[in-house]
Amino acid sequence: MSFLDDFLVRTVLASVGVALAAAPLGCFVVWRRMAYFSDATAHAAILGVAIALAFDLSIFAGVLAVSLAMALSVSSLTGRGQAVDTVLGVAAHSALALGLVAASLLTDNRFDLTTYLFGDVLAVSKGELGWIWGGAVLVSLLLLWRWNALLLSTLNPDLAHASGVDPRREQMILTLALAVTVAVAIKVIGALLIGAMLIIPAATARPLARTPESMMVIAALFGVAAAIGGFSLSFELDTQTGPTIVSVAAILFAAVSVTALIGRRVKR
Amino acid sequence: MSLISVRDLSVTLGHSRILHDINLTLDPGEIVTLVGPNGSGKSTLVRAVIGAVQSTRGQIIRRPGLRIGYVPQKLHIDPTLPLTVMRFLNLPKRVSTVRAEQALAQAGVEAVARRQMADLSGGQLQRVLLARALLDEPELLILDEATQGLDQPGSAAFYQQIETVRSELGCGVLMVSHELHVVMAASDRVICLNGHVCCEGAPEHVASAPAYRALFGTGTQGALALYRHQHDHAHDDECEHDHAHEAAE
Repeated sequence: MSFLDDFLVRTVLASVGVALAAAPLGCFVVWRRMAYFSDATAHAAILGVAIALAFDLSIFAGVLAVSLAMALSVSSLTGRGQAVDTVLGVAAHSALALGLVAASLLTDNRFDLTTYLFGDVLAVSKGELGWIWGGAVLVSLLLLWRWNALLLSTLNPDLAHASGVDPRREQMILTLALAVTVAVAIKVIGALLIGAMLIIPAATARPLARTPESMMVIAALFGVAAAIGGFSLSFELDTQTGPTIVSVAAILFAAVSVTALIGRRVKR
Repeated sequence: MSLISVRDLSVTLGHSRILHDINLTLDPGEIVTLVGPNGSGKSTLVRAVIGAVQSTRGQIIRRPGLRIGYVPQKLHIDPTLPLTVMRFLNLPKRVSTVRAEQALAQAGVEAVARRQMADLSGGQLQRVLLARALLDEPELLILDEATQGLDQPGSAAFYQQIETVRSELGCGVLMVSHELHVVMAASDRVICLNGHVCCEGAPEHVASAPAYRALFGTGTQGALALYRHQHDHAHDDECEHDHAHEAAE
């Protein structure tokens, strides 16, 4: 186990684990236009952290429970007289504000807010690394298992019904995967930037892909590249790791978008 | 045995009663078309048959093991989703390339298997949707306004294709359409819907009635005419709702 004793190794493994879980899920977030939904779920995580600390629960359990509750209540509230993005706007900001209030009520120094807002991957312990990879594997298996059904429900709910696939069930599976991803990513990337790790790699992959599967694989590659590149760069520049990883992802996105744009111009 | 039989079906969505007391059966090899004004519940009925809408009352009995092919009203492909025609045909079950090509040919569209779904023309997209519905060799083909957005010749050609498919596969067809002229020519039976079954029968029978002219009119006359023209339905005298009100909606 001496290998994992090196905090650098743990850091890289943790970032890569998060990137791998986020990439396939991120594709669905992009395809289903759930970007705001994933933000709301992630912001609720801060409240989860505060509750977990207040009641001496595991952070993972607290974040998972609150994120899941948030995702479920948003799913059930939408379509009842309010537009989806209104409900999400209310939910995302309220959860964040409540979380921040709860955090400041915890007066002892157990709660370093920036750790959970922006992540602190350097402080990931062996045990947490286990949780992160456990969660990443769980999310990947879930999505792999339901891949075709999820794709069909994303494309058209009626087509799904006609093929014996229940789109509401698939929606639940995505919601669960999202909550797990938020729970494993909060320590690495932070509640505010989880959405970025979901969306940016997937958006980067889009112009390079011809099928959903290739988009997912390319997104995973970009996610891992951003994780490793961002980590090295943050070490070099002595910057916060989470935001640096997201910045590298953003640079990759810009580079690919510009290249794709030029490529299209040249073809014409 | 009928492919499907719908018995006393009622569907309420939210607070509005969309369908009530619907009875219909569909036999193998038969083309049945649902017509009716906007909001008359045509799509809801079709979606109830495929299981996308829960019935409030009554039941839908499918022949055991019935294979249904469904062509939706319209398929919106989000531009963020890369999807080739071939990949689409493989959802949710894998099919061989040969079978996929066969289905595309049967639907009257070829050499598109490697194209992106988003790059297809409206007519090509509808045929690809038809091809996907045909993959399973359906015993019942269900189409919900499948020719929306096609021009007149385009939709006429599409309905012709449906008839061809029917005679090749011997499947029953249940479809929704607004385009009466085309429908009348291609259907064995027409069912006029307005929350309930107003009238049904052979196309000529429906077409010769005054109701035909008034079918999509909103005047009270039209709605009443639909009732008067009935020979074969039972609930005229026990119908509890206000037709004038319904027609005015």
